[in-house]
Amino acid sequence: MNGVANVVVLGIDETVQKYFGPVSDWVVDKVFYAVNVNGAEVPLIVVWLVIAAIFFTFWLGFPQFNLKHSINLVRGRYSKPEDSGEVSHFQALATAVSGTVGLGNIAGVAVAISLGGPGATFWMIVAGFFGMAAKMAECTLGVMYRRTHADGSVSGGPMYYLRDGVRQVTGSAPLGKVLAAFFAVCCIGGALGGGNMFQANQATAQIVAVTGGDDSFFADLNWLVGLVFAIAVGAVIIGGIKSIAKVTEKLVPLMAAIYLAACLIVILGSLDEVPGAMGDIISGAFSAEGIAGGFVGVLIVGFQRAAFSNEAGIGSASIAHSAVKTEEPATEGFVALLEPLIDTIIICTMTALTIVITGAWDDPDAAELDGVDLTSRAFESVIPWFPNVLAVAVVLFAFSTMISWSYYGMKATGYLFGDSATAELVFKAIFCLFTVIGASMSLAPVIGFSDAAIFMMSIANVTGLYILAKTVRNEVKGHRSRVKTGEFARVK
Amino acid sequence: MSEILVGVDRSDHSRRAVEFAVAHALERTGSVAIVHVIPWSPFSFNTPTENEHRHAQKEAEIAAATEQVIDPLAGLVREAGVPLEVVVTHGDPVDTIIKIAEERHSDHIVLGRTGDSRVRQAIFGSTPGHLVQEAPVPVTVVP
Repeated sequence: MNGVANVVVLGIDETVQKYFGPVSDWVVDKVFYAVNVNGAEVPLIVVWLVIAAIFFTFWLGFPQFNLKHSINLVRGRYSKPEDSGEVSHFQALATAVSGTVGLGNIAGVAVAISLGGPGATFWMIVAGFFGMAAKMAECTLGVMYRRTHADGSVSGGPMYYLRDGVRQVTGSAPLGKVLAAFFAVCCIGGALGGGNMFQANQATAQIVAVTGGDDSFFADLNWLVGLVFAIAVGAVIIGGIKSIAKVTEKLVPLMAAIYLAACLIVILGSLDEVPGAMGDIISGAFSAEGIAGGFVGVLIVGFQRAAFSNEAGIGSASIAHSAVKTEEPATEGFVALLEPLIDTIIICTMTALTIVITGAWDDPDAAELDGVDLTSRAFESVIPWFPNVLAVAVVLFAFSTMISWSYYGMKATGYLFGDSATAELVFKAIFCLFTVIGASMSLAPVIGFSDAAIFMMSIANVTGLYILAKTVRNEVKGHRSRVKTGEFARVK
Repeated sequence: MSEILVGVDRSDHSRRAVEFAVAHALERTGSVAIVHVIPWSPFSFNTPTENEHRHAQKEAEIAAATEQVIDPLAGLVREAGVPLEVVVTHGDPVDTIIKIAEERHSDHIVLGRTGDSRVRQAIFGSTPGHLVQEAPVPVTVVP
């Protein structure tokens, strides 16, 4: 590369940093307004989500303990023959999971552990457990209030239950409309932030890392990697090139399986260290020596990363789940609660164990490593060639998450602009532009903005969930009684 | 009255399978059911956009299959004056044909052969191959 090109290229990265950085800082400051509890900064928005998750756990009667019903639904045990050819429970869940499982599980866990020590894992699992109920509530409502268009296609998600459900319950149309519009605007922001920039950023960082780090050909060409991503995303969402999407959708489950297998190799390879690691996770959860903010600090780090990873209470997955074919909205609620289980309790825990067992988090320079790099190093210490596979996995996870979130953002845009095709197209173009921006920036402003935009969605969504709490409980109760009486019976 | 169930796809073999079934139905004054299964699994991975349009897509697939696969073959049966029923549905071809044959109490299943290479058959098997092994009633594979 010649010197001139180098300067120009650096210029792009730095310009983006210079102008976007302050905007990001301002948004983060407002969304993560924190109160000081015993020396720990506690962002109110995280408390907001956790309380909602705990509330719905009790309100819906601990649906987390009825996993058998959820699994039978996913296995199609209740699916009628005439439902063949429609969107199955499994397909709705798989689509939603491929939007959720991604960098949060790989990078987010590493961030949590490097900030909060192994104990943060414990609180991630706890948050994942309660999050299952919040996810159930929002996905049940998503199906209840979805819209079926003339061509048989469906649109659902918080925009619709906030607008129509809140009006039904409170009798106030403006309140529902304001909540729905606020949600939609934040959803667009979340799609561009966490669903796009953060993904592009971390995927690019991985490509640079495995091709030689600072010596990599791509080291100063982050924007170019971002551009390639943007072109691939654009080909799918604007060009409608199904083959790329199809290949990704098939590869992502495979990569997830390879990822989990690698975690198992590390874990089973040092089986004798598992009890110690578990001990670190549990003791670290309650006694946080040397961690900023002490006990509360660890707890908040864990909760925050869990919420970012499984998106319970955020409302995003409700958009994907509402495409399912079912006559009983609560069935999709029962299916959706598996999402935080898979995402946070299973996959995040595996990542955490890998990082803790290998001791990668305790390396003197661990704090300087960006998210994925820490996870990558943990694997490398046991399986030296695995960082390359991990980089491929990260790129694929990032890509599938970007496809899913572009859809969420597009539906939110469609909601705001009366399903205008032009508005949706403009959104898609902006989405691709933000892919390049995300890839060009250093992690800090990106992760800050990502979190902020995603968490803001929960302000409207959770407010709506409380307003509709009775509605959703009646639906779930009704479903449970129909299962009990045999009115809603297994067909196989 | 005995019923012969014919599983069909777009191939010429299917046409010969229907002709074979019609000839036998005439001999035994039986009826014919033509079944076309659009391959589909509830356990596939889709994009959110595909899911959104799945219902419309399903209808379109059934309409296309009815027009392009079923109608020409149904004409053959009707011309011969044999009583006919048609089924177009989504699912796993082998499991679905067996299920329909059981529900309808069909006496005989007729299929066209698929003409797959030995390698392909060794790896994936074939619809007639599986049906011959699993069907509850006699299966005839027509070349």
